[in-house]
Amino acid sequence: MNDAAPQFKWVGTRPIRPDGVPKVTGRALFGADLAMPGMLVGAILRSPHAHARIRSIDTSKAAALPGVKAVVTSADFPEQKFEYVGPERVAMNFWHMTRNIMAREKVLYEGHAVAAVAAISKAVADEALSRISVDYEVLPHVIDVDEAMQPEAPLLFPDMITRGIDPAPTKPSNISKRIEYKLGDLEAGFAAADEIVEMHFKTAPVHQAYIEPHGCVARFDADGQGELWSSSQGHFVVRALTAKLLGMKIGDLRVYPAEIGGGFGGKTVVYIEPVATMLARKSGSPVKIVMSREDVFRASGPTSGSAMTVKIGVKKDGKIVAADGVFKYQAGAFPGSPVMNGCMCAFSPYDIPNARSVGYDVVSNRPKVAAYRAPGSPISAFAVESVLDVLAQKIGMDPLQMRLKNAARAGTQMLYGPKLAHNGYAETIEAILNHPGYKAPLKKNQGRGVASGYWFNAGGESSATVHVNEDGTVVIATGSPDIGGSRASMAIMAAETLGIDYNQVRPIVADTASVGYTHLTGGSRVTFATGIAVVEATKKVINELCARAAMTWKVDAEGVIWEDGHARPASSNVGDFAPLSLKEIAAKRGLTGGPIGAAASVNPSAVGPGFATQFCDVEVDPETGKVTVLRFVAAQDVGRAIHPSYVEGQIQGGVTQGIGWALNEEYIYTPQGRLDNPGFLDYRIPVASDLPMIEAVLVEVPNPSHPYGAKGVGEVNIVPPMAAIANAIDRAIGRRLTELPMSPPKVLAAIDGGKQT
Amino acid sequence: MLDYRAPSTVEEAIRILSGASGVAKLLSGGTDLLVQLRSGRTKPDLIVDTKKIPGMIGIREADGGFVIGAATPGAMIGECENLQKAWPGVVEAANLIGSTQIQGRASLAGNLCNASPAADSVPALIAARATCVVAGAKGRREVPVEDIVTGPGRTCLSRDELIIEFHLPKRPPRSADAYLRFIPRTEMDIAVVGAGVNVTLDRSGACTDARVALGAVAPTPVLVPEAAAALVGHKLDEKALAMLDGAARRACKPIDDKRGTIEFRTKIAGVLARRAAAIAFERAGKQL
Amino acid sequence: MTKHHVSATINGEPAEFLCEPQQTLLDALRDELDLTGSKEGCSSGDCGACSVIVDGRLVCSCLMLAVEAEGHAIETIEGLAQGTKLHPLQQKFLEHAALQCGFCTPGLLVAAKALLDRNPNPSETETRYWLAGNLCRCTGYDKVVRAVLDAAAELRGA
Repeated sequence: MNDAAPQFKWVGTRPIRPDGVPKVTGRALFGADLAMPGMLVGAILRSPHAHARIRSIDTSKAAALPGVKAVVTSADFPEQKFEYVGPERVAMNFWHMTRNIMAREKVLYEGHAVAAVAAISKAVADEALSRISVDYEVLPHVIDVDEAMQPEAPLLFPDMITRGIDPAPTKPSNISKRIEYKLGDLEAGFAAADEIVEMHFKTAPVHQAYIEPHGCVARFDADGQGELWSSSQGHFVVRALTAKLLGMKIGDLRVYPAEIGGGFGGKTVVYIEPVATMLARKSGSPVKIVMSREDVFRASGPTSGSAMTVKIGVKKDGKIVAADGVFKYQAGAFPGSPVMNGCMCAFSPYDIPNARSVGYDVVSNRPKVAAYRAPGSPISAFAVESVLDVLAQKIGMDPLQMRLKNAARAGTQMLYGPKLAHNGYAETIEAILNHPGYKAPLKKNQGRGVASGYWFNAGGESSATVHVNEDGTVVIATGSPDIGGSRASMAIMAAETLGIDYNQVRPIVADTASVGYTHLTGGSRVTFATGIAVVEATKKVINELCARAAMTWKVDAEGVIWEDGHARPASSNVGDFAPLSLKEIAAKRGLTGGPIGAAASVNPSAVGPGFATQFCDVEVDPETGKVTVLRFVAAQDVGRAIHPSYVEGQIQGGVTQGIGWALNEEYIYTPQGRLDNPGFLDYRIPVASDLPMIEAVLVEVPNPSHPYGAKGVGEVNIVPPMAAIANAIDRAIGRRLTELPMSPPKVLAAIDGGKQT
Repeated sequence: MLDYRAPSTVEEAIRILSGASGVAKLLSGGTDLLVQLRSGRTKPDLIVDTKKIPGMIGIREADGGFVIGAATPGAMIGECENLQKAWPGVVEAANLIGSTQIQGRASLAGNLCNASPAADSVPALIAARATCVVAGAKGRREVPVEDIVTGPGRTCLSRDELIIEFHLPKRPPRSADAYLRFIPRTEMDIAVVGAGVNVTLDRSGACTDARVALGAVAPTPVLVPEAAAALVGHKLDEKALAMLDGAARRACKPIDDKRGTIEFRTKIAGVLARRAAAIAFERAGKQL
Repeated sequence: MTKHHVSATINGEPAEFLCEPQQTLLDALRDELDLTGSKEGCSSGDCGACSVIVDGRLVCSCLMLAVEAEGHAIETIEGLAQGTKLHPLQQKFLEHAALQCGFCTPGLLVAAKALLDRNPNPSETETRYWLAGNLCRCTGYDKVVRAVLDAAAELRGA
């Protein structure tokens, strides 16, 4: 904690969230909850094959079925230009995207959409799907990333030449891109090392596994105007992507944000929205599409599985002198894995003079990956943080002290280019070192593991409007879907800035026609960037309130200040006026110029990065290989917690997802390339009885570029858990697990056959 | 087109089943059937809901043993104190089927007739020497639980038959049972291996009678007489446990699937048999 | 298509609806009765988002046919509050920030109510096992469990 922390009235308190009551009474409307008069049911036909050429699709029998109002295939969607657009880290290619929402020449994964219908009932829609005949030429498929990189592997795209290699390869492959970051002299660095450890790792693809399946309702009018009501992490992005894929003007589509039942990155892209909109356009009626759970697993994006090699060299005193990593990430059926993030984040917690990371973006016959909480970083961190633990044991050093010795600080040169702008990492290590549990004794078959993580955090475009109501209450509207309490933090920041009661402020999430452009809820950007927009708009309102008071008092606007929810004369020289409250100024608005409100649109970039350090205690059953997490303590630099409960909640949720990733979650395929566990029965996310309480330790190193010091808090918490658990298992039973998930059969095999580490 | 009937007597149920054209499915708790309906794995023409038949839900004591209605939900089984005292292994097995929500519906008949090799209640029922009363057009017959399931998804019941109740026998003194299963999480998974052990001890604590049954290690739940033989005549010592472990492993003919490998299942079968035996001995030993 | 006529008691009020034999109770609640507080997360009884109480027992409404509701008493999330007065569980979920996205919340609240109806003083472990059939991907269950235990204490007058 900063000793000089300013005193706030609302920032740092835990008021009840404004959208809470509808969510505990069942009244909140999520993606599947909206119904419109005359609404049709949309359903999507999906590929049973992992890889096949579509020779032809015959939809005539489906179209002829009574009750079927529209049938669409890829032929209804305009072709898109082949180009990668946007910042490289998150580049999109609409040629790929249109093929992902509806297959064209080929199906590239089981579950790939091939056609869709809109009908008067689900039964009719399902019957119609069964009457669509698709003539497939089944092709050899490839699932595993290493196999997909082999020269003889079946090619998903016959003309894909690896980008990022000079000179460009002459032969096509499944490797979409190679990237490399280099710093210093790697060879000299390793030559100077006293201990070097090199290890290989594999991780399974895991799904965000939000409990709400994707759902939307679309309608379309004869004048070309469309409306879409959807559950997403960014309705402006849904609008942009849907309009582009349908060849519409952005202004002709209005998107309303439904409440969103979890996303974690998985609802930053579109799957069903363009299809529902196209069905609505063809049928002239509103169309609802809701994915089944199986559809979600088969056809929406998990994050990458990977194969990795990491080599790190240290001096005897623990100083890291060289680090090298090769990271191969599955992209799914279309290019665009988060491998670039993985390469950038892998070594970022540390000040390493000589380092390199090389990444490969590899396509295979799996659903196209989507963002998942700190996309890319948890994967590479599993490898790096595991190797560091092995090194710490080799040189006999406490793993946290070793991390502290090498901790990146403000000014540290980072592998991917910039210098680190903020402190915060070392503070998270110290928080864990000082935690009483870190020294607590352990029993037989128990072990304690630590790990750290880095995530960029994001800024970007956000908008907010602030309106003063007639009675002095305030409405703030933003364009950021609220995925975990952000309306509460927006109201806190507005109330703090205005100096009024939190309960006088009503925050809403406005549709795309009612507030300025706002980018996704993702990248841990909302409290930072949208928060800045809210504070900027609120400050404009304060200026206006001061001007109205000045008008009332007949003094210059500069002579009025805003303090504690009231306009006051800046000094006795201005005059002797009783302070005017927000309520009083609002009541007189008609005499001073009319309604009071302001909007702000911002594009801030001065984020504070996310750092996390965690420790966990596990117990391993030596006869079954089952790992039980006994204790989990997670420290994170949060800048300043605006609403600490929801900050803790982000940390607890991210850690729990990490525990699932570490122990049990994985995509399992049949030899035919079909997903064998597309449900919550066998895609095993943690349940309540699997877990202890997750202790969140909020480390506050304020971000000077945010009015209240906020840093993004949503993502970095998922980066350390996999390595922390692997490290704990190793310290419990002397076995080093290098493959995720560390499920009981793998742990037991390591116990029975593995060498003592 | 799917039809739904809810007969109010066993005879009416048999008449409906006998007269059904197409595929008829019996509905008790429905926790497996509805999943199969939704996924399209089963497409019945008729669903016969057994729960309106008197006696299908409920537990009574008879002849020193227990009679459990075929459609009695797990939660109700868990609430019966006398049953819990006499057959703790059967009760814990029945209560391991799914979540609290599933327990509100899932029944012994459904768990048995779904005919999954991994059904939790079945090894415990087999170890307990439970029988079921099967009613059909040709009358009623009492069948040992281990004879019901003939393969994955298949039973020996004919189309006009239904299970109406389960019988658990009278217990000799110093008897107890236990059931353990292995799952990757703590709840919500299908058993990777299940082991039910039922023992009777003499006054010295030596085993005079034992039954051991395993789940999820073969196409059907299996009774393992060799494993029981390893216990009979012994107290709970290292040697008996090692023999039990070996016998349990040898009885395994598992498959590799998304829930476990052959190697893993085989090894765990031995571990669970030992651990379940230890619990059963401890429970029976308290009555010494 | 033959529809079945079903009479049941829903949240204490008599209710009637028509349904097809393959429709689940969840389908009927959401599509026929406009009670969309019960959520569909999986349709296989694995997530608990559709939890309701039938004759005092917690069940997944996706695993019960709508026709089976005939003559039974069903409690859904919509019946938990008394008018505008929240149930202590609802209040504690808000105070403890026991929800993030809120999608699993109705099911968790119904399940927690069934727990406290049966066991007014559950331990943390009992609470965790009782709620194991209610998946939540946001919270890690920490604040959920605290909210349930706190509501239990309040209901006991502790």
